[in-house]
Amino acid sequence: MKPRHKRFAFIGLGLLVLGVATVLILNAFQSNLVFFFTPTQVASGEAPTGRSFRIGGMVEDGSLVRENDGLTVHFIVTDTAKRVPVTYKGILPDLFKEGKGAVAQGQLIANGTFVASEVLAKHDENYMPPEAADALAKAKASGAQQSKSLVVPQGKKESL
Amino acid sequence: MIPEIGHFALILALCVAVVQGVLPIYGAMVGNSALMAVAKPAARAQFLLVVIAFCCLGYAFADKDFSVLYVASTSNSQLPLHYRLAAIWGAHEGSLLLWTLILTVWMFAVTLFSAHLPETMRSRILGVMGLVSLGFLLFMLTVSNPFERLIPAAPEGRDLNPLLQDPGMVIHPPMLYMGYVGFSVAFAFAIAALLGGNLDAAWARWSRPWTTVAWCFLTVGIAMGSGWAYYELGWGGWWFWDPVENASFMPWLAGTALVHSLAVTDKRGGFKVWTVLLAIMAFSLSLLGTFLVRSGVLTSVHAFATDPKRGLFILAFLAIVIGGSLALYAWRAPRVGLGGSFAMMSREGMLLANNVLLVAAMGSVLLGTLYPLFLDALDLGKISVGPPYFDAVFVPLMVPALFLMGIGPLAQWKKAEVPDLAKRLRWAFGVSVVTALVLPFVLGAWTPLLSLGLLMAVWIVTTAVIGLRERLAHVGGKSLLEQVSLVPRSYWGMLVAHCGIAVFVVGVTMVKGFETEKDVRMNVGETATIGDYTFRFDGAQDVVGPNYTAARGAFRVSLDGRETTTLYPEKRRYAAQNQVMTEAAIDPGLLRDLYVSLGEPLDEGAWSVRLYHKPFVDWIWGGCFIMALGGVIAISDRRYRLAWRKQEPTVQPSAGTARRKVA
Repeated sequence: MKPRHKRFAFIGLGLLVLGVATVLILNAFQSNLVFFFTPTQVASGEAPTGRSFRIGGMVEDGSLVRENDGLTVHFIVTDTAKRVPVTYKGILPDLFKEGKGAVAQGQLIANGTFVASEVLAKHDENYMPPEAADALAKAKASGAQQSKSLVVPQGKKESL
Repeated sequence: MIPEIGHFALILALCVAVVQGVLPIYGAMVGNSALMAVAKPAARAQFLLVVIAFCCLGYAFADKDFSVLYVASTSNSQLPLHYRLAAIWGAHEGSLLLWTLILTVWMFAVTLFSAHLPETMRSRILGVMGLVSLGFLLFMLTVSNPFERLIPAAPEGRDLNPLLQDPGMVIHPPMLYMGYVGFSVAFAFAIAALLGGNLDAAWARWSRPWTTVAWCFLTVGIAMGSGWAYYELGWGGWWFWDPVENASFMPWLAGTALVHSLAVTDKRGGFKVWTVLLAIMAFSLSLLGTFLVRSGVLTSVHAFATDPKRGLFILAFLAIVIGGSLALYAWRAPRVGLGGSFAMMSREGMLLANNVLLVAAMGSVLLGTLYPLFLDALDLGKISVGPPYFDAVFVPLMVPALFLMGIGPLAQWKKAEVPDLAKRLRWAFGVSVVTALVLPFVLGAWTPLLSLGLLMAVWIVTTAVIGLRERLAHVGGKSLLEQVSLVPRSYWGMLVAHCGIAVFVVGVTMVKGFETEKDVRMNVGETATIGDYTFRFDGAQDVVGPNYTAARGAFRVSLDGRETTTLYPEKRRYAAQNQVMTEAAIDPGLLRDLYVSLGEPLDEGAWSVRLYHKPFVDWIWGGCFIMALGGVIAISDRRYRLAWRKQEPTVQPSAGTARRKVA
């Protein structure tokens, strides 16, 4: 092969791999991106049914109920404006607490309950998942302060 | 007083770094050897000064000096001494100091093992490293000073994050940083070559051992981080495709590509421009990793900084280093030249394909990691890219790379014949296919992925055996022992590292295929069965640790009615931050791990419990350590030892050729 042909061959090979990688990536993106919705968005019907997504907000105080099997739990995630009931079967992360931020991944079923396949762990007592913090901030900004029973953590991100 | 000494030492180190970054490079440009001679003592002085600073911080921790803000915020008087010392790198400021310390350690090592380098080369390398160190010192002294005082002193320190109070934490960050920062040497070599405009086989031979050492450290560091996540997070997972993990994995992929590309530059003088680009890429990704992990862009256990100034500084530093080196690359690379020609079907061709695949894989990881950040920054919504994405992209890209890994080492340089290769490899192929088809049935379940994983693992091992047999026959020598000793260590290193990959692949495949997990509620005396093992819960008792209280459960494990072991998982509550933490109990084994972690206490002494049976999971980390071992064997090769032992004034390309024949 002449050097020029070879260069073409190499460029072709590189483009081929790049193309395959792009197809793979687009494909994977299509089916595996997980979108995030706030409870307000879920309440207004923006969230999809039959597709996995994440919600985040505060776990409402006094809303955690455990079934007799010790594993299935029900709780309510709220952004202080709207509330979404969540069901989860499994062991909750160490730092999951009522009145604290949480993010759950799962699907919305017909009766409006969010069935979580995963409740995300936080790493630190004072750390609020960014999605949850965002959801609270958005709800606050829209001025829809309805639920008063909540303990909204103020200044939880205080520096050390 | 002691913290001020540390602070002062850092300021002095900054001054030295300025001198080291400017004079030797200028000296090399104008050919002034007096200026170039500054590099070596400056690097050593900087090393000494940073060591002093580091010791001062260590002393403040040992002494429980809570008038130092950093000490007060990451340790506690009840924290045991070894964790207080590990807390030096338990948060942002200290881990940057560790980074800088390790950078100066590498600089010091370069001054020790560079007697054989031409003076211009050495002074350029140390100059570039001095500039990198300048950036980090400036960062520490301006926005993230570990010696900042807290006045009045805190009566008691906030504790170290309980997740980090673990032996793995003591060793994982230094290992990882040795790897990250080690690529700065390869980077400095590349920049020095671009500045000098001469890049020959000798250059590759000099920078190869440095790159391999850094790669070994990075491999071990990542494996340890993965192991830590496995037993400390209590979720039984070993890799989550978490952005922080990706941040360490991307430099590893680029570094792996670099190690292979350097082999071609060293042996054949090819891939020169590409090698330089990879060296820049590997170090840039290390810096990007630091930025991602330390800037607070990603929220995780690793992200400490919430100060936007810090993020901005790192971003600017990143832009300067990456932008600057790529600009230099664009300007100077044409001078370096492309290197020798070769056919598509040759060892070079296969290594090139390996490189392309590794870089493509790296790119897909980069995209999956950064895409959510971009969307968020542009306010286009919040998304997360989870493990399914990475699995779907990464596996198809790695399978051809693993397949080529079997053929590559057997192919001739320059040009290989396909029929010849096919003939030599046919029984390896046969054995692999048969094993891959039959073994899953023997193990009890056939799935395509299981079969594919086993196929790749067996393929790598069998082709390695063929390669070794041919090699042994080729070297001559009377006895087997003599033959073995005649095969160069670099070849052994490659074989061992490749077999490490096979071990790793077996681990991943078996865990994915056969692991079982169970979340159950267990009353006292109740049993649960998982993967042939029966666990009996004997209740939980309260225990008291140095800085925590815990509930410790007891689980008697039996197999076929015979008691094998008792596991004691804990649920700890750390007093200082009132933080709850799960401490899993693991019974490790060559063929399986048993894993128990406590969930929550329920009524009447019952607990929710998570049980795992994980076949071959330890092979995952075992494989990584074998890979690193391969790297260590490779750098003990004779040719490097010769190079370091005596001075080689100027190595002509022909000397490289002669040596190649010896090897």
